[in-house]
Amino acid sequence: MTATADKPATEAVETVTLTIDGTEVTVPKGTLIIRAAEQIGIEIPRFCDHPALKPAGACRQCLVDVASPGPDGNLRAFPKPQPSCAMTVTPGMVVNTQHTSEEADRAQKSVMELLLINHPLDCPVCDKGGECPLQNQAMSHGRPETRFVDVKRVFEKPLPLSSEILLDRERCVLCQRCTRFSKEIAGDAFIDLQNRGAQQQIGTFDEDVLDFDGYRPVGAATVDEAGKAFSSYYSGNTVQICPVGALTSAAYRFRSRPFDLVSSPAISEHDSSGSAIRIDHRRGQVLRRLADNDPVVNEDWISDKDRFAFAWQNLSDRITRPLVRKDGELVEASWPEALAAAAAGIKAATAADAEGAARGAAVLVGGRVTLEDAYAYQKLARVVLGTNDVDARARAVSDEEQAFLGSQVAGTGLGVTFGELEKAPTVLLVGFEAEDEGGVVFLRLRKSLGRQQVVAVAPYLSRGAQKLGASLVEAVPGREASALADLPEGVRDAISQPGAVIVLGERVAEAAGAFVAALDLASSTGARLAWIPRRAGERGAVEAGALPGLLPGGRAATAKGAREAVAKAWGVDALPTAKGRDTNAIIEEAAEGGIGALIVGGVSASDLTGDVATALERTGFVVSLEVRRSEIAEAADVVLPVAPPSEKSGTFVNWEGRLRSFATAIRTDAMSDHRVLDLLAREWGVELGTATVEAVNAELAALGAAADAERPAGPKARAAGKARTKKGTAVLATWHQLVDEGALQEGEPYLAGTGRVAVARMSQATADAIGATASVAVSTDAGSIELPVVVTDMADGVVWVPAKSPGSWVARDLRATAGAVVSVKGAA
Amino acid sequence: MTYDETTLAQLTEDAAAIIARYPVKRSALLPMLHLVQSVDGYVSPDGIQFCADQVELTAAEVSAVATFYTQYKRRPNGEYQVGVCTNTLCAVMGGDRIWDELSEHVGVGHDETTEDGKITLERLECNAACDNAPVMMVNWEFFDNQTPESAKQVVDDLIAGKDVAPTRGPAKVCSFKQVSRVLAGFDDGRANEDQGAGEAALAGLEAAKGQGWTEGAK
Amino acid sequence: MTTTLTPVLTATWGADQSWSLDTYTKAGGYAPLKKALGMAPGDLIQAVKDSGLRGRGGAGFPTGMKWGFLPPDDGKPRYLVVNADESEPGTCKDIPTMLQAPHALVEGVAITSFAIGCNHAFIYIRGEVAHVHRRMQQAVREAYEAGHLGKNIHGSGFDLDVTVHSGAGAYICGEETALLDSLEGRRGQPRLKPPFPAVAGLYARPTVVNNVESVASVPSIIGNGVEWFTAMGTERSKGMGIFSLSGHVKRPGQYEAPLGITLRELLELAGGIREGHELKFWTPGGSSTPMFTAEQLDTPLDYEAVGAAGSMLGTRALQIFDETTCVVRAVTRWTEFYKHESCGKCTPCREGTFWLTQILKRIEGGRGTEADIQQLLDTCDSILGRSFCALGDGATSSINSSIKLFREEYEAHVTQGGCPFDHAASALFEYSDTPATEEAHA
Repeated sequence: MTATADKPATEAVETVTLTIDGTEVTVPKGTLIIRAAEQIGIEIPRFCDHPALKPAGACRQCLVDVASPGPDGNLRAFPKPQPSCAMTVTPGMVVNTQHTSEEADRAQKSVMELLLINHPLDCPVCDKGGECPLQNQAMSHGRPETRFVDVKRVFEKPLPLSSEILLDRERCVLCQRCTRFSKEIAGDAFIDLQNRGAQQQIGTFDEDVLDFDGYRPVGAATVDEAGKAFSSYYSGNTVQICPVGALTSAAYRFRSRPFDLVSSPAISEHDSSGSAIRIDHRRGQVLRRLADNDPVVNEDWISDKDRFAFAWQNLSDRITRPLVRKDGELVEASWPEALAAAAAGIKAATAADAEGAARGAAVLVGGRVTLEDAYAYQKLARVVLGTNDVDARARAVSDEEQAFLGSQVAGTGLGVTFGELEKAPTVLLVGFEAEDEGGVVFLRLRKSLGRQQVVAVAPYLSRGAQKLGASLVEAVPGREASALADLPEGVRDAISQPGAVIVLGERVAEAAGAFVAALDLASSTGARLAWIPRRAGERGAVEAGALPGLLPGGRAATAKGAREAVAKAWGVDALPTAKGRDTNAIIEEAAEGGIGALIVGGVSASDLTGDVATALERTGFVVSLEVRRSEIAEAADVVLPVAPPSEKSGTFVNWEGRLRSFATAIRTDAMSDHRVLDLLAREWGVELGTATVEAVNAELAALGAAADAERPAGPKARAAGKARTKKGTAVLATWHQLVDEGALQEGEPYLAGTGRVAVARMSQATADAIGATASVAVSTDAGSIELPVVVTDMADGVVWVPAKSPGSWVARDLRATAGAVVSVKGAA
Repeated sequence: MTYDETTLAQLTEDAAAIIARYPVKRSALLPMLHLVQSVDGYVSPDGIQFCADQVELTAAEVSAVATFYTQYKRRPNGEYQVGVCTNTLCAVMGGDRIWDELSEHVGVGHDETTEDGKITLERLECNAACDNAPVMMVNWEFFDNQTPESAKQVVDDLIAGKDVAPTRGPAKVCSFKQVSRVLAGFDDGRANEDQGAGEAALAGLEAAKGQGWTEGAK
Repeated sequence: MTTTLTPVLTATWGADQSWSLDTYTKAGGYAPLKKALGMAPGDLIQAVKDSGLRGRGGAGFPTGMKWGFLPPDDGKPRYLVVNADESEPGTCKDIPTMLQAPHALVEGVAITSFAIGCNHAFIYIRGEVAHVHRRMQQAVREAYEAGHLGKNIHGSGFDLDVTVHSGAGAYICGEETALLDSLEGRRGQPRLKPPFPAVAGLYARPTVVNNVESVASVPSIIGNGVEWFTAMGTERSKGMGIFSLSGHVKRPGQYEAPLGITLRELLELAGGIREGHELKFWTPGGSSTPMFTAEQLDTPLDYEAVGAAGSMLGTRALQIFDETTCVVRAVTRWTEFYKHESCGKCTPCREGTFWLTQILKRIEGGRGTEADIQQLLDTCDSILGRSFCALGDGATSSINSSIKLFREEYEAHVTQGGCPFDHAASALFEYSDTPATEEAHA
């Protein structure tokens, strides 16, 4: 499996030559002076300037002397120093920075002095100390002493802009990086400049802070959007770009000094974008995570989930020693003992009984694992356990989806990239909410706001879709296929433009016929398809063949030729031929007592709609590979601890098909899943060959991508039955909000506080029909969810609830997925 | 939203009229904040949310605007906004003294309102009437050439509920809410009311006439 | 040879119901509009260029040249915005213009819009002048009814809509790009230039921003002809302007005269300094211009001569102070003004005015030191030429010039531990015993 590099820019770029501090430099036309200077190693001090934000020219720290040739060719100096962050270079321009111009140096020192007159002497207690651009630039470009003997302006501090983001207004230098990022990049104008002059400050609309009279009651649905809380999924980025300690995060406040921290580059484990992050740790403990600059993937940004949700890796329920069940209790055991017990248990549970009948084994991989882990799980399943019952998808699935993934995604290398998504003239989003389910994908799409047409095929126009300026093709969940087949002509035309992209989310699996319809649409319009799942391990699992019908590289497990090729590569006689069961089928079979042994990776029982408790109970023997004592681990017979992402190396394959490798940040004796499985296989005398990352990658490279003949056939259309809703029922729509009660966000209350309030959305007509004015009860035979109602412009007979937010765990409580018919009843 | 149905309906109708004057919705925000003041007597949080909904901004963006301009009041304003200019020229001509005496007389300071809700005092910046210094404004009508006595008399009359005429402007001063509505762009039918241009405005003209100079007028 | 006053814009101010359409039309109003509609827009622009009319809002930029900066018509809107935010301390000419002769502005708007191809013009009036709003709103209504505005004006095929817009109290909104941001419904903070408003102004479209008096002068130029206008004024400062005289003069008021008239001449017409007193210092163009003394009584009040004498003509806001006035007190109060009005966007103005105000208050209150006087100059140095817009620069003018001219007065406050002046003496009414006053604004 290879990843191809992005195509380099081949068009000629117009350049400009100018002189900075006596050195000639040639840069592309349109370059700002401050950027041109950086290219020859000249650092002009600055605060409001940021390469990813439009110039403001507000702080005035970057003043330099500029002269440019007049119409007669003679150099004409500008009468006063100019902000180098706001001026583009012109041919023959002569710039003198603080190094060669006394005037520029004086101007910069003046501005620095003025910045410090109202700045509090917080350095000893300020998080930014040690990595503070104000400190650094004051030392290099400021006066040694202040001449200000008067009274500084003071503000009460800190001000919580949200549960996560704290503002110390006194420290703020009003560079406006935070408000510009929020407005320009994220589209969340929840903070803005308030007041005027020396009293100017950053803030939300807070009556108390701004001294407005009158308490205004706030409804359930407006808390997340009224601008009272800095409720943006990307608010953490402002903490990182704030050049002083004005914005800090509650999770990190007062915790550490940067010089105590070791920084390790890593990849975020929270979504399928594979964003580059930096893990800062101290003595084996992760203290914070920052965005790393990666111009190709996430540029300078990450989502708040990427940034703040890492406590899960080391909570009090972390498992570090293997556990074996003895007398009904899980007790710690040594590795040899645990591995032996696991193997013995599995063998016994899958052995033939008196009549010669045997129950098989199955493997639930989970969507969190690396490429190498997924490879080891599926190889163990086929080589050791002799089964194709292996699936990494802990969500709604379908054969149609598997056929699509095998024929269109697996082994195709780099597909649509972030850059191509940004440049696409049209983007059609199907079963994909860009903000909630895409993280930085949303930011990249928003970059093209105004230059790109975005169309959302969805039950309603979400806030994220609105921020992208998207238009809506209304689709009742489950009926996306007919929506795709019947697109308005304007939309079809837009998708027919060269470069257009159709984004398919993992929820397309919940809509019968939608993959087929999408393929039809793509082939008839020339648009390209991009499959963007939610979890970090999903694409890697597809590449590794950790799906019941897939072998590594996109080979069909049902194709004889493919099986033979892989068997040969693995040095075994043959691979299992029986058709594999997917996740839901595995759980169903297990609940009926039909599964002998289950190997389970990082899976949350609450994410599955099947009766997991019964499945675990009736399965002969359960082995759990887990980081924490989860529900499944607690029910297992043997628990083998595996390493969380910070303590291992490996590769996530992102939705682009790009390999995102990361090295171990914190060395412990924790082992990756693939290493543990390698040890386990030895109990059968099998050399699984997955002990190291290198070994697995070598095998994958050797296997390569499937030939066309070895691939599964494309998805076949299946009819989408019309969901019959009668009085008192509705079709369920649901997806995960970015910040919710997902397992990987546990243990981080500050982040949890920024999550959007859980509400149920329905149209006015639907609400009226069931008499729902304040809240609604959504129920199935399995259970019920009650949430406040928010009337939303959407199709009638549909109710949307969040998939796993407080008070609303759809899979666990309703045992239903999107498209299901549920009962709805107004509750006061 | 805690506006009652009738108020909200009228506000919405007025807001639509304001929005219609501009090619881009957001431009309506400043007049709309004056409109909110004309209803609530100040820019209330309800008013901020109303404006946010009308021009499709967040409340933070609206308060960013509302807190930038001095005419938008954040606490229920007095029926009469009484401002004394204390910028240099007026201050030197006696405005400082007028402020001190008036403030003591009324019993409140800058940006403060009397208990009975009648008067809010403010120290103003230059209100473009310098040739009539010292200047006082009541609900943005001119009270030129003031002294401490005349200023106190004006305020006493206002508190007593009498009709008070400005030195330049309409027949009498109207309420803070009423004048806010004028600033929101709604006609109150009083444009033709007049107290005269004032001596200062005509000083040059008089001097020219006195010299027999009419050349410029051709 | 004494310069004669030239009432042009002010000519009708004393007439009965001077603001009505009727009065204005009877005096010949709207004839220039009809004449203009029969000319080619390009010729109108050329006429204004030839007239030498310079922006009357303070900057003095040639108006016709500004109009000429608009790019060629691309079929999309372009705008005229009238800056009626008059707030420069000492300036009080646009307010009476709009109260007494609003139609001069409306007609000017119509002709200017026709010349530059604008179909929707805006008049941004500061909010603190209620009756001005009434009069301007009515004048616009009357003009629509009379067919001077609206669709197919006088059968010319030219459409024009005019919106009267209210500010809400911010001096900075008199800065043209801050005005545009305010008109767009934002905080009034200035924008980066380039792009200049002529290229990307209101709603990022080509825009001309002109002062009230500039626009109101256009009908008379078109009506009376370019030569009539150029016959007034000096070589590079053509035409007439309204000079606002205020302060310690016998007859303060609006004196319309050719540019180039001197203060001595104006004082004579205004009855001179008040009885028993003599001129101490004055501003030629508002508080943002360096102050003058009796030395400049004969300086021609045009852009060049005032510039050569070390100040700026600005808005012709002649604030006259006699010897009873404490310069330190005057400068302190101006500085408090700048601090109050600073928008906060840029460091030098926001922090600098904050600092300057505290130093001045201490000096004025007798708690200053010699070092403070130098610090005032140093801090001004940190602001001048460093700030984002001219407000910061303007804040330094009175401090720099007053220390240069009256340093001993500052020193007296230091050595005497207080203000040596009796505030009551400078007031226009009598009173005794002067209590101390707190700072004006937060």
